[in-house]
Amino acid sequence: MMWNKERECMPREELDKLQLSRLKETVARAYDRVSAYRSKMDQAGVKPQDINALADLKYLPFLTKQDFRENYPFGLLAVPMRDVVRIQSSSGTTGKPTVAGYTRDDIENWAELMARALTSAGATDDSIIQISWGYGLFTGGLGGHYGAEKIGAAVLPASGGNTRRQVMLMHDYGTTLLGCTPSYALVMYEEFVEAGLDRSQLKFKSGLFGAEPWSENMRKEIESKWGIDAYDVYGMTELIGPGVASECACKDGLHLAEDHFIAEIIDPESGEVLPYGSHGELVITSLTKQALPVVRYRTRDLTQINRQPCACGRTHARIQKILGRSDDMIIIRGVNVFPSMVESILLQIPGIEPQYQLVVDRINNLDRLEVQVEVSEGVFSDEVRRLEELESRITRELDSGLGISVRVRLVEPRSIERSEGKAKRIIDNRKI
Amino acid sequence: MAKQISVFLENKAGRLSHVTRVLGDAKVNIRALSIADTSDFGILRLIVNDPEKAYRILKEQGFTVSQTEVIAVLVPDTPGSLATVLERMAEENLNIEYLYAFLGTKDDNALIIFKVEDIERAKEAFAKQGIRFLDEKRLYEL
Repeated sequence: MMWNKERECMPREELDKLQLSRLKETVARAYDRVSAYRSKMDQAGVKPQDINALADLKYLPFLTKQDFRENYPFGLLAVPMRDVVRIQSSSGTTGKPTVAGYTRDDIENWAELMARALTSAGATDDSIIQISWGYGLFTGGLGGHYGAEKIGAAVLPASGGNTRRQVMLMHDYGTTLLGCTPSYALVMYEEFVEAGLDRSQLKFKSGLFGAEPWSENMRKEIESKWGIDAYDVYGMTELIGPGVASECACKDGLHLAEDHFIAEIIDPESGEVLPYGSHGELVITSLTKQALPVVRYRTRDLTQINRQPCACGRTHARIQKILGRSDDMIIIRGVNVFPSMVESILLQIPGIEPQYQLVVDRINNLDRLEVQVEVSEGVFSDEVRRLEELESRITRELDSGLGISVRVRLVEPRSIERSEGKAKRIIDNRKI
Repeated sequence: MAKQISVFLENKAGRLSHVTRVLGDAKVNIRALSIADTSDFGILRLIVNDPEKAYRILKEQGFTVSQTEVIAVLVPDTPGSLATVLERMAEENLNIEYLYAFLGTKDDNALIIFKVEDIERAKEAFAKQGIRFLDEKRLYEL
């Protein structure tokens, strides 16, 4: 299903034309109204009138998380506060929060993007959509909410937390589609089973999950446990929130809303633009954002762009499911390790839940990776021998899968820290 | 036959006191316990007066908990009696996973909790060897 067929299936040449005219406007707007952009561009010796083709994008300087920090809180806004109708911000777990402002049109465009994402995940005006991303400064809750309302679906603004009430709502009110983080979808399942509720009484058909990277194995896990279709949605506060890209029924990459954004892939080390199909860091330029235009924002997310036609009929390029972040990656004794790799390996061991955390320490100048895995009822035994066998099996699988030796520690359920439903996957205690 | 409550515990300060407090607040009485531990984690095994309630309460509190079938064997409280029981079990080739003692009884018998590999076969062997064990109901009432 498609929300805006005209736009989502726009022929390539028309899309290119639309992108170029919008890009020129965005760059001019950023240069004229935001001093940080002006000084960066002046330094790089490029003026808005130098941008005459989409390929000229590569001459523009990058925008980074550091720029958001230096211009905290409102330095990157391109409109006066009287035109801003909403402020959202990130949780600031890795420093100062990232602040985003929205004009009325920005909010409208964001709702359009989320309406597309929800529609391709199966939503219609008959749907009952439970939004279990957190409502508030975090973009998940309100982003999902406005998109669902735009479709005309009935929205259950459940927000995050109080899991027992979440599964009760799902059961009693007949939720058909759930929006939340993928790890929270599994927490809800545990609670649903514990509450002794009957799956056959549910009208639950599909879910739109995002706000943290998740693997194909985690999709299988969610889909088989709940008996639903699970779709990925991508976005971040800096870009607008969720809805920048989302999966269609083919589940083979996320269509990037190319009428609102341009994607590039760069080498994270050199910053060089890589050809389509290469793996690298995703760089996004906004095309319609008024309050917070972003030009060549380095997302730190690692993926590739696929411009092959999709069976669903959408013409917009697809980004591959995000499997890691260039700053989420940890290097242990010279080997790159992503939490998603650990997750994939864990999910292949029967009974193991994807609730885990990586703790890195440096002991006597040697890096040590400890993988903490929550012990669920499915793998628990009253015999030490069995649990030790499990521990050594996990260790074996991780050692061979990651190519480094790890230490596995079994921990109690829910002992791994979660913030806004997002599991904190890495604790790096190394002082380098 | 009896139900043992098994609880997964991390080796961290305060975990055992948390479990016992949760059970105490729920008015569940602990009748026997043992802990098997490694450097990282421990398994707390409990015989309580109300296993169903203990299981429910601990689950609600987010613990990983399971119920395990064990046998409460009556052993005369005299020197050499446990040895005799264990010798008879060895004779029957009964594999013992682990065992621990009950906290106190009313008569001259000691009570030993056994986890065996094959509980049905153990019961038959006990009958044959004249080893007495308590049924579930009487055990919880002790």
